[in-house]
Amino acid sequence: MQAELLDIRNHIAQHAPFDEMPEELLDRIVTGIEVAYYRAGTQILELGQQNYWLHYIRSGAVEIFRRSGELYNRIGEGEIFGQFGLLRNQKVRFPAKAIEDCLIYKIPYETFQHLWENDENFADFVEIEDHSRLRSAVSRRHKSNELMSAKVTRLIAREPVSAPTTVRLQEAARIMTDNGVSALLLMDESGDSPRLKGIITDRDLRTRAVTNALPSETPISEIMSEGLITISARSYIFEAMLTMLHNNVHHLPVMEDHEVRGVIALSDIVKYESQSSLYLVSNIYHQNDVKGLKKISREVRDSFVRMVNEDANSHMIGSAMAGIGRSFSQRLLELGEEKLGPPPIPYCFMALGSMARDEQLVVTDQDNAMVLDDSFIPEEHDEYFLALAKFVSDGLAECGYTYCTGDIMATNPKWRQPLSVWKDYFTDWIDNPKAEALLNSNIFFDLDGIYGETDYAEQLKTLIVNKASNSQRFLTFLARNALNRTPPLGFFRTFVLEEDGKHQKTFNLKRRGTAPVSDLIRVHALACGSRSQNSFERLRDIAKTKLMLDDDAGNLRDALEFISIVRIRHQALAIEEGRDPDNNVRPEDLSPFERSHLKDAFQIVSNAQKFLRFRYNAGGATRNV
Amino acid sequence: MSSVIKSGNSKQNWPENYRKGAEQAKDTRIRAFYEAGCPSPDTPVRDVPLVALDFETTGLEADQHSIVSIGLVPFTLTGIQLGQCWHQVVRPRLPLHKTSVTIHGITHSEIENAPDLEDVLDPLFEHLNGRIPVVHYRNIERPFLNTALQWRLNEQLRFPVIDTMAIEAHLHPNRNPSRWQQLMGKKPISIRLADSRLRYGLPHYASHNALIDAIATAELLQAQILHHFSPDTPIGDLWV
Repeated sequence: MQAELLDIRNHIAQHAPFDEMPEELLDRIVTGIEVAYYRAGTQILELGQQNYWLHYIRSGAVEIFRRSGELYNRIGEGEIFGQFGLLRNQKVRFPAKAIEDCLIYKIPYETFQHLWENDENFADFVEIEDHSRLRSAVSRRHKSNELMSAKVTRLIAREPVSAPTTVRLQEAARIMTDNGVSALLLMDESGDSPRLKGIITDRDLRTRAVTNALPSETPISEIMSEGLITISARSYIFEAMLTMLHNNVHHLPVMEDHEVRGVIALSDIVKYESQSSLYLVSNIYHQNDVKGLKKISREVRDSFVRMVNEDANSHMIGSAMAGIGRSFSQRLLELGEEKLGPPPIPYCFMALGSMARDEQLVVTDQDNAMVLDDSFIPEEHDEYFLALAKFVSDGLAECGYTYCTGDIMATNPKWRQPLSVWKDYFTDWIDNPKAEALLNSNIFFDLDGIYGETDYAEQLKTLIVNKASNSQRFLTFLARNALNRTPPLGFFRTFVLEEDGKHQKTFNLKRRGTAPVSDLIRVHALACGSRSQNSFERLRDIAKTKLMLDDDAGNLRDALEFISIVRIRHQALAIEEGRDPDNNVRPEDLSPFERSHLKDAFQIVSNAQKFLRFRYNAGGATRNV
Repeated sequence: MSSVIKSGNSKQNWPENYRKGAEQAKDTRIRAFYEAGCPSPDTPVRDVPLVALDFETTGLEADQHSIVSIGLVPFTLTGIQLGQCWHQVVRPRLPLHKTSVTIHGITHSEIENAPDLEDVLDPLFEHLNGRIPVVHYRNIERPFLNTALQWRLNEQLRFPVIDTMAIEAHLHPNRNPSRWQQLMGKKPISIRLADSRLRYGLPHYASHNALIDAIATAELLQAQILHHFSPDTPIGDLWV
């Protein structure tokens, strides 16, 4: 290549997929280029026309259309088009029209093929589906995090320390002291081989034995915890962390082929990652009043930013934040019960929405409800539960979880009802669906019992799972609601491009990004009878039922992950710069990497919405919000 | 507005001139140039092979200054083939003026090692033959080439050119505002290459060398024709 053409090579080398290309390939591109000028309004590529050129926009702007004539994309300087047809039969699949005067560098088919065969990056880029490009973007981000890549077995420092369930309290304490462990596994030795039956921890000894002044001869089986939460030896450290956060346990037996390999403690993970959000969680339980909770709630944002900077994925961050939020609620409930006395009848405190889905971020309001025992007599009991609900709600507001603007809180009498009423609510929503009613009650279909008789919440989940999958009308209404919020088409220069070709300056990454995805996943999840609440877990359940193709489910997972992580980074950046985090993003705030892959992600969401409309017969055009 | 670009050459019969030139030429290269022929003036510009041509020179006077570098790129209305471009530094007869060194970005050693124009006439003509040259400002390339050939071969080379600057001048006849208009804040319209390109949405090139300027000129002609003329415009309306 002539050195005098450097200007041209440099321009190309700034843009994907040419930005990582070796010089000799770039030189080959430049010497093959034919430059052409198109006036605004000119049809550059016609549908079905033979085309032997990859088109690179040196200046100007081009609109790309679908076969149906629908606007597919609008692209500008440094972007390419025409590749779809080149890969197949050299016939134009996506017509292109100049919307401004354009200078186009046309790269001949021969060069295109050479690049495709010799440059993997280039091949990945043009081969699309947009989706695989997104996948490599998602996986590229994650390879660095050790929490994500290291297995729990790395944390096991010693053989498990155990004793038969028949030992007495004092003996158990002695074994723990001698071995220097904070948890003792208790084995049922009555069968052929010992079987893990329970666990006792330092904290249990303090709270259950010492506080109640139990005699040293008390059988350990009377105070041990049973129904253990365990984790497989094949799990990753972050999964152990999520399990601890979710279940509020500080010790996890690690199992391999039904045998205990060891025990990992919260402190092991904290040691592994000294500033883990788990540390914050354990701190929450040490606070004795709202003031103390409010004080440490300031650390929530630090913890969030730290996880982002450590390259945690969105599932991990969402779970950690939800775990923290749950811990605040739980501690407030404990403090409330201390203040107001024990509850007159059993109850369950439910988290709804993002907290229930384990998808909470830092900008969040509180969505909660109370399910009371069916022995509930309003005149006798409600004063207590109102006071408790108010204590928790006010406390959460103090800690940065703002009151729910839609009044979906346990302080609202409508959402503080006995189990039977709750069952009626759900039955009515599912049997007599009304779009308006469902619009507001969507949030109740993401629920999680976080305190008290959590079995009530499980009963409600069972009812939903049994009824929803059989009610086509309900699913249709739910699907229709899920189509109310659509993703933007993508970006064009410093604007957000809408389907009607209009421009916006900013867009809401929650309303136009993550929410439409979790909404549509919820519909499929209910249709296939999944009990999961988390969107990623729901997707896994959906994929198992073949309701959605594996590929589609995988693409949707990648899209949700990418949109979430961009949203998360956007908020983390605001916090680091001392601004209030929000969900509103201007395209110029995004890196070229984020812009390009977000566009792919939106495309996937849009396709998934089309499938949803078709699958549940939800009809009508999607409405832009 | 008439769409004919006027010049002192308007009455020339170029195809006939080429035929005569071929008969009278002594140098084989000049004869080959003329023999490649010139399209009839009524040929649509879309059918005419073109070559954008740009010289960097030591000054503006053909009889006092010299060519330092030549950039050219063959093209048609539908495409400019970068793979066929050609760039050549040549040794000027006169010493390089200091200021022009910085303008051209060509170093002394490059020039000292450069061949004389005569040594590169073969590749030069190979690119020119059978094509109508396109330049931005006709008073450089044609007179400089003519003078250089006169000097070296003792023969003239006469040919039509399309002048993108003349086209801009034709499109903006009143580009210099009257004193009254100047008082009202009206600015003169520049018909320099970079400024003209801006009016067509053509990109800015950071570097300046004979080749990039030739490409820039080719792009400008494509834009001019699509905006103000038509691919069917007879070449005779455009050349000067």
